[in-house]
Amino acid sequence: MSRLTRDQLIALARREINEIAPQELASQVDAGRYAIIDIRERDEFVQGHIPGAHFIPRGFLELQIEQHAPDRETPLVIYCAGGVRSALAARNLQEMGYSNVHSLISGFNGWKNAGYPFTVPAVLSEEQRIRYSRHTLLNEIGEAGQIKLLESKVLLIGAGGLGSPAAMYLAAAGVGTLGIVDFDTVDLSNLQRQLLHGNSDVGRPKVDSAIDRLHAINPDVEVIGYREPITSRNAREIIRDYDVVLNGSDNFPTRYLVNDACRLLGKPLVDASIFMFEGQVTVYQPPIPEQGIAGGPCYRCLYPDPPPPGEVPSCAEAGVLGVLPGIVGSLQAIEAIKLLAGFGEPLVGRLLMIDTLDMSFRTLNVARDPHCPVCGVTPTVTELIDYEQFCGLPASNGHVHEPVNGHVNGRVSVEA
Amino acid sequence: MATVYVPTPIRRLTGGQAKVDVAGANVADLIQAVDAAYPGVAERLLDDDGNLKRFINVFVNDDEIRTLDGLATPVGEKDKISIVPAMAGGSSNRTENRRE
Ligand SMILES: [Zn+2]
Repeated sequence: MSRLTRDQLIALARREINEIAPQELASQVDAGRYAIIDIRERDEFVQGHIPGAHFIPRGFLELQIEQHAPDRETPLVIYCAGGVRSALAARNLQEMGYSNVHSLISGFNGWKNAGYPFTVPAVLSEEQRIRYSRHTLLNEIGEAGQIKLLESKVLLIGAGGLGSPAAMYLAAAGVGTLGIVDFDTVDLSNLQRQLLHGNSDVGRPKVDSAIDRLHAINPDVEVIGYREPITSRNAREIIRDYDVVLNGSDNFPTRYLVNDACRLLGKPLVDASIFMFEGQVTVYQPPIPEQGIAGGPCYRCLYPDPPPPGEVPSCAEAGVLGVLPGIVGSLQAIEAIKLLAGFGEPLVGRLLMIDTLDMSFRTLNVARDPHCPVCGVTPTVTELIDYEQFCGLPASNGHVHEPVNGHVNGRVSVEA
Repeated sequence: MATVYVPTPIRRLTGGQAKVDVAGANVADLIQAVDAAYPGVAERLLDDDGNLKRFINVFVNDDEIRTLDGLATPVGEKDKISIVPAMAGGSSNRTENRRE
């Protein structure tokens, strides 16, 4: 067996492989002619890499290359920091039958020093890699999906029974920004089901106790509290900044308002409601043709008119099993995460009915209504209306709905 | 007999029954059959003209009857009919606060 020194081995490798100069790769990079593989260590990759490069650290290259380049004829460029590790690696790939492998001369340092563009990827910190490891292990999420969640914004309408589990799971899941709209204060009768709030929070604004609780779960998450009712006046302004809206409101005017605002702004709405032992969950996804999203029905497609006031009793009148919103709000959180990270089949065009008395879960098909005033063929509702009046309640005269703390104009933003 | 799933808000009228087995050729028949057994149910579901109220959906098996033949949608022996009313509950106290 021959004995080679380090330098002899490198020289041998260089003779047996093809090398490519930075300027030549730069002229080809936009055309996408080469699959580019960065074989450096993770801490090197995260500080910057050639645009479009796949990251396979040297130690895993032979083990993982077939997943990235199943075809042995694929034109490959592999690079390291200075062109040495990649020369040795290229030789191994040739041994595996890759016939069109190039090692980048002078590596990433040469590329960067020549002034060619590079990208600094969003990556998880060491702490985040541990915190979210059970997510990143899932192929459906992975590191890329987790980064998407961290960059996502979800708005929760209500910090009550549904909003509590939804917000806590979304915070734990690392959804980067959570907005919470609620102008209520914590009441002793809330604690039977609203786990965002504890005994010592009674009398505090719900958005305040929600922010404390969510930060205690995950300090990564920015929580924005809107301590005001959502109205036709502020709905667009608040919803506009978010990727997904979760509805946990307790009254029909707000349900129609949030539906209409989400449709008009093209935002997916994860809707749920509960009553005694029974829950409903669905996703109202507006069509977004440019993203290939066909969409589905909206709240008005299902329920064109609200029930007359008093016909449907509220939870405060009829009662609700405290665990029920725990299940239903958690399902909303799952649907939001699926929408944000882009996996699975969301409950679009399907209505999940849950009856916890006989513990039945049934999924019913719901369709768009071509006559829908908001999302139908000829919409008649093209801006937000007076939803109190629409629901047969006394028309809003303003003062009932002003925030309790006196901030009349603009949102009350409580950032921690 | 087809099985009609009764939603919680209407179970007061059915003596707490969540499922009622009734016979009928179509959805309208079934509603009348349930109403005959438990008076008041039809009034909760239908408006003065006999149309389904606009905040209530009825499904035959998995499909909403608007996408079928409405109240005339035929039903068979083994079919499951679900009545799904709009529910607003999200479980806070806001409605009550607003009305104060
Ligand atoms: Zn619609």
